[in-house]
Amino acid sequence: MQLPLSGITVLEFDQYLSGPCAGLRLADLGARVIKIERPITGESGRKLAIKNMWVEENSLLFHTINRNKESFTADFNNPEDMQVLSLLIKKAQVMLHNFRPGIMERKGLGYKEVAAINPSIVYAQITGYGATGEWMGKPGQDLLIQSMSGLAYTTGSASHNPVPLGLGIGDYLCGNQAVQFILAALINTAKSGQGAFLEMSLLESLIDFQFEFLTTYFNGGGLPLRAKKDNAHALLSAPYGIYKTIDGYIAVAMMPLQQLNKALRCEKLDRFKEEEAFVRRDEIKSVIADHIITQNTDHWLAKAKPHDLWMAPVLNWRQLKQRKGYQVLDMEQEVRLPSGHTFITTRCPLRIDREKLYNPKPAPVAGQDTDKIKNSL
Amino acid sequence: MEKLLDGLLILDFSQFLSGPSCGLRLADLGARVIKIERDGDGDLCRALYVSDTKIGDGESTIFHAINRNKESFSINLKEPASSTRIKKLIAVADVMLHNFRPGVMQKLGLDYDTVKQINPDIIYGEISGYGEVGEWKDLPGQDLLLQSVSGITYLSGSKDDPPIPMGIAVADILAGTHLGQGILAALYRRQMQGTGALIQVSMLESLLDFQFEVLTCFLNDGNELPVRSAVNGAHAYIAAPYGIYKTADGYIAIAMTPVTQLGELMQVEKLRQYLLPEDWFTKRDEIKAILKESFAQRNTTAWLSVLEPADIWCANVFDYETLLTQEGYKVLEMEQWVRSGPVKVKTTRCPVTINGEKIKSHRGAPLLGEDNARIIQEFNL
Repeated sequence: MQLPLSGITVLEFDQYLSGPCAGLRLADLGARVIKIERPITGESGRKLAIKNMWVEENSLLFHTINRNKESFTADFNNPEDMQVLSLLIKKAQVMLHNFRPGIMERKGLGYKEVAAINPSIVYAQITGYGATGEWMGKPGQDLLIQSMSGLAYTTGSASHNPVPLGLGIGDYLCGNQAVQFILAALINTAKSGQGAFLEMSLLESLIDFQFEFLTTYFNGGGLPLRAKKDNAHALLSAPYGIYKTIDGYIAVAMMPLQQLNKALRCEKLDRFKEEEAFVRRDEIKSVIADHIITQNTDHWLAKAKPHDLWMAPVLNWRQLKQRKGYQVLDMEQEVRLPSGHTFITTRCPLRIDREKLYNPKPAPVAGQDTDKIKNSL
Repeated sequence: MEKLLDGLLILDFSQFLSGPSCGLRLADLGARVIKIERDGDGDLCRALYVSDTKIGDGESTIFHAINRNKESFSINLKEPASSTRIKKLIAVADVMLHNFRPGVMQKLGLDYDTVKQINPDIIYGEISGYGEVGEWKDLPGQDLLLQSVSGITYLSGSKDDPPIPMGIAVADILAGTHLGQGILAALYRRQMQGTGALIQVSMLESLLDFQFEVLTCFLNDGNELPVRSAVNGAHAYIAAPYGIYKTADGYIAIAMTPVTQLGELMQVEKLRQYLLPEDWFTKRDEIKAILKESFAQRNTTAWLSVLEPADIWCANVFDYETLLTQEGYKVLEMEQWVRSGPVKVKTTRCPVTINGEKIKSHRGAPLLGEDNARIIQEFNL
């Protein structure tokens, strides 16, 4: 299969997660993605490790986010390097960066300067809070933006402090949205020859992420109130939540209370009406919790099945990995470094024409492709 | 301004959130999106009330958030005459998408292999819960259930908490986002190579991708499970002080910061002993317990005035009410009014600025079948 973005060159002036995860997706969809990094040390994400896991001189984290890319190093303060860079910009279709506002402009790499070199380029810029306003200088870090965007009040139960989502959702979502906007702009550029300047921020992405909550709030729904116990979604009624069983946990999604009562024989639910499922949510959920704790997860799943009730076991990764439903997705792939060192990571989640997309090419060493790229210009 | 996707026609057969959120994004970028809904009830999300809040005569707030800027064509897909109409529409569409369980579109004669006979260039997008094959394929693709099987519920909250799902329908939203990526990439390929495409993603694949960094860790560390911090958990794999702490009058968030520097600035004697950066992870809980006690002593603004000048990665923790009063929020102009039938609804806009312009659209969610007559006439159905 010819990958959809074959022929596209993307210059990625990024570090850490938001921009680089966009670059990874574009690469998996067939684009040639060149990381533009500072000489020798490369981007800062190379030295950011979790659990102190390293693959040769770079962190496993960096390898996860930057496989399937090339690396070109350039010193933005060196006029010779900048000249080579402008040749590269002339040949590229997309340029992406996630520096704080003003930095690229100071280096002569803002949209205006870049568009003067290549008017049909799609130039995408990711910031923390937008390029103007009182927060523009603040560090665009995920936890901080989750905290400022109201998101931390959607997760966990009412007795908890605000609970952030335990992954870099602002970075990841903004990077994934960037891919959409870049692709839409490429479609337009292919028709009109006109480039585009795309500005995104983690804060706008997280506000968009909460669009259902905010629209409800704007239209009289009040502040989201997390359930007292086992909250799963502040806006939804009982029974929605995760409940403890004898041997684990079970998730219960939307369903009429009396249907739940009938399937699981939870007779104490007799006295509740469907209209009360939201206002008496805490009371109802505690009745259900007291009932579900008395049996194993499999017992409840067997009861739910004939009624097609929306219930599922709560699995950890080890349990998940053993299930056929996971294995059939073939989500894992092996990445092999030139030294022969290998590690396992996940593949692109999309399937095109019934094919899964794999690419085992490892993340580049900083500057490994500089000479080759210079010679091709 | 001309929009990026002007001229594209999209038929959106999907319901609830995953598919419709993809349709919304394409609509905001300029595509014409027609919701194909069943006669009578339409998209079941129309009646999915949250917080007991209704808009106008009784539609749900979330339906309005998800389906603004679209048209609605209602039809009974099981009737032969309707099926002919839909096939005529499909013949001229650029994209169609759905999020039914595997097999449903086959029964309606609207699966990719059939549709491709009518329109070989079409981009056909589909979202499932768990993929089209395997033991889970027929299970309901519902967000909380997918979060629960994906392992993601062991990443938020603290060590002694039960599994905690993310409080937003993240599986739906990410699957919709990924589908949008695939559809747009395929539209680009069609422009270059003239070929249609089938784009598939499942909510489970989307959630696995969302966890790609930490899952890769797990796949290479001998399958060790994540351990959430015992105190103010915020990210299972990140060292102290990372977390949200209660202050005397509210909360404060602290991201990656050297513990020694934080100890100096906050003047906490007990933090002096943690000189080794590796201890900030291995002794995360005791360090965070000390911080928890210290932060509780003063107000949020007092702490911010100590930490911000030193460039510490810290922030206030806002609820919506406070967020909406901030200059930094207002300058983003994230809010917009849309009109749906007789009612006005305030919602958010598409989160991008293109060539200096924020992307807004004042068309609200359609009434069920609102555009039937016009569409029948326009496409001669």
